[in-house]
Amino acid sequence: MGVLIRTERLSLNFGGVIAADNIDFSLEEGERLAVIGQNGAGKTTFINICTGFLKPTGGRVWFDGKDVTGMEPRHIVRLGLGRSFQLPQLFLDHTVRQCLEISAAARSGKLSFLLPLARSVDAREIDHTLELVGLRDRSHELASSLPEGQRKLLDVAMALMLNPKLLIMDEPTSGVASEDKHDLMATLMRALDERKVTSWFVEHDVDIVSRYATRVAAWIAGKVAADGPPAEVLASEAVRREILGTA
Amino acid sequence: MARLYDIRVMTVLGSLLCLILGLAFPWSKTPIIVGLCFGIATLGVAAMVRAGQVSFGHAMYACIAGYTVAFLARAWPQLDGLLLILAGVGASLLAGAIVGVFVVRYRGIFFGMLNLAISMVLFSVIGKFYTLTGGTDGLRINRPTLLGFEFERAGFETVLLIGTLAAAIGLGFLVQRYFQSASGEALAGIKTNETRLEYLGLSARRVLWNGYFFSAGLVGLSGALFAMVQGLVTPDMGSWLRSGEFVFIAILGGSGHAIGAFLGAAVFELVKLFAAAYMTGVWQLLLGVTLIFVILVAPEGIIGLLMKKSALATRRGG
Ligand SMILES: Nc1ncnc2c1ncn2[C@@H]1O[C@H](COP(=O)(O)OP(=O)(O)OP(=O)(O)O)[C@@H](O)[C@H]1O
Ligand SMILES: [Mg+2]
Repeated sequence: MGVLIRTERLSLNFGGVIAADNIDFSLEEGERLAVIGQNGAGKTTFINICTGFLKPTGGRVWFDGKDVTGMEPRHIVRLGLGRSFQLPQLFLDHTVRQCLEISAAARSGKLSFLLPLARSVDAREIDHTLELVGLRDRSHELASSLPEGQRKLLDVAMALMLNPKLLIMDEPTSGVASEDKHDLMATLMRALDERKVTSWFVEHDVDIVSRYATRVAAWIAGKVAADGPPAEVLASEAVRREILGTA
Repeated sequence: MARLYDIRVMTVLGSLLCLILGLAFPWSKTPIIVGLCFGIATLGVAAMVRAGQVSFGHAMYACIAGYTVAFLARAWPQLDGLLLILAGVGASLLAGAIVGVFVVRYRGIFFGMLNLAISMVLFSVIGKFYTLTGGTDGLRINRPTLLGFEFERAGFETVLLIGTLAAAIGLGFLVQRYFQSASGEALAGIKTNETRLEYLGLSARRVLWNGYFFSAGLVGLSGALFAMVQGLVTPDMGSWLRSGEFVFIAILGGSGHAIGAFLGAAVFELVKLFAAAYMTGVWQLLLGVTLIFVILVAPEGIIGLLMKKSALATRRGG
């Protein structure tokens, strides 16, 4: 079990706001990390820097042993990183199925010019993934016609389709009806375990965090304030006071 | 399958109509070839529209191909027409490859205007170098041989009509295949979400460059054919007005299917012919009204309207 992603003194400020404050962080293969923190704590910003969407003002990032600091997202993705977004990033004019087909086709890095998209990918694999996120019966509808919760699922599915080594999910269950959240997480985690994908998800729901994460990192004002086993982190003084509001 | 069936029927009927009209009324050969040329050029412009990009300078590739044909035909009068056309297409592809590297960095209004700006530079350069280019008078091209055969004017036009029609059908088919391929669907993804493309490990610029390269070649072919049928090239071939006409036809016909380019071109040519015959001087008015009608009634163009109709019919079991 090696280190999959690591950062060293990673920092970024937006004007006066310190969104990442000298963050030293690492994630091992096989972990399921939950990131918690208040709005504006810098959870998304940290993901954006690690995946190359934002350039840090200081520090470095390594992914799977390679220095990826300042690299374009697509090059980091090619090394085996998948990401879903807080605001789903879909091809809204395409059908649900086509969105997944484009993902599957992109995985090989070479897009065909004359072979129809549907025939350049493995249909069973698409079916399987559609089934997994419960979108099988909507597969021929436009992505733009999905309600928010299903958009999130499609967004996760598109990242999963790349067969990444690490899947980062920014609030995968926000917008999903609360009675469906546990089912969804259980299914997702089973799929990730099956494919041996390391995962890192941002989550506000403490129930979900304690149930599905093997490790929790708590973000406060651009810093990792607590990091460790879920029970320990969720019980810590700073987390209860600053994030959970139960102290 | 109703949709595919309709498009096959439309293709067959349209092709027969072109041939029968062209042979029955020889004067109609030139307008039909010109219409098909507009359709081929619009195929390229429609690819950009699918990516959400509107270029107001694509006619420059017709101009580049046309002048390549003219220069070569004047320097080596023995060169065969087919070779001249291939050389014209090659020149436009080369230009598209180079210009593409710059313009694919821009989107929306900047993409449109940058293409326009480059085409205007070309336009004025051609106008200025009178001794080489004939300035605004353009250059005449003597009728070349076609596949080694010499033709009289009538025969030349018939061969060109058949050749252009075959090219239009073949390219329409290939472009539609491209639209539905992984590359083509990724191209359409540029319109809706470049962030997602990037996070699938794809370069949106690269995907757009591919489309731009093909589109330059398509517009180039139309320019080379246009030059042959007119026997003349002028800077007007690359004017921004001509670029605007391609965009006009692309919106009129719709970019949902490759055949839209030809439906749009047919309506465009018919309106122009009709206006020239019965309402001299007001063809812009007629075209403008047509476009307003299309935008209000069928924002996806003629083909969008037809596809919606046939989808409804299929759903009703018709
Ligand atoms: N592109 C940007 N430009 C300027 N400020 C930004 C930008 N992105 C984020 N910020 C600021 O950086 C801080 C961290 O934002 P970030 O989105 O990372 O928080 P978060 O922890 O993901 O919050 P949430 O739970 O609301 O998603 C906030 O103060 C935010 O306003
Ligand atoms: Mg966030």
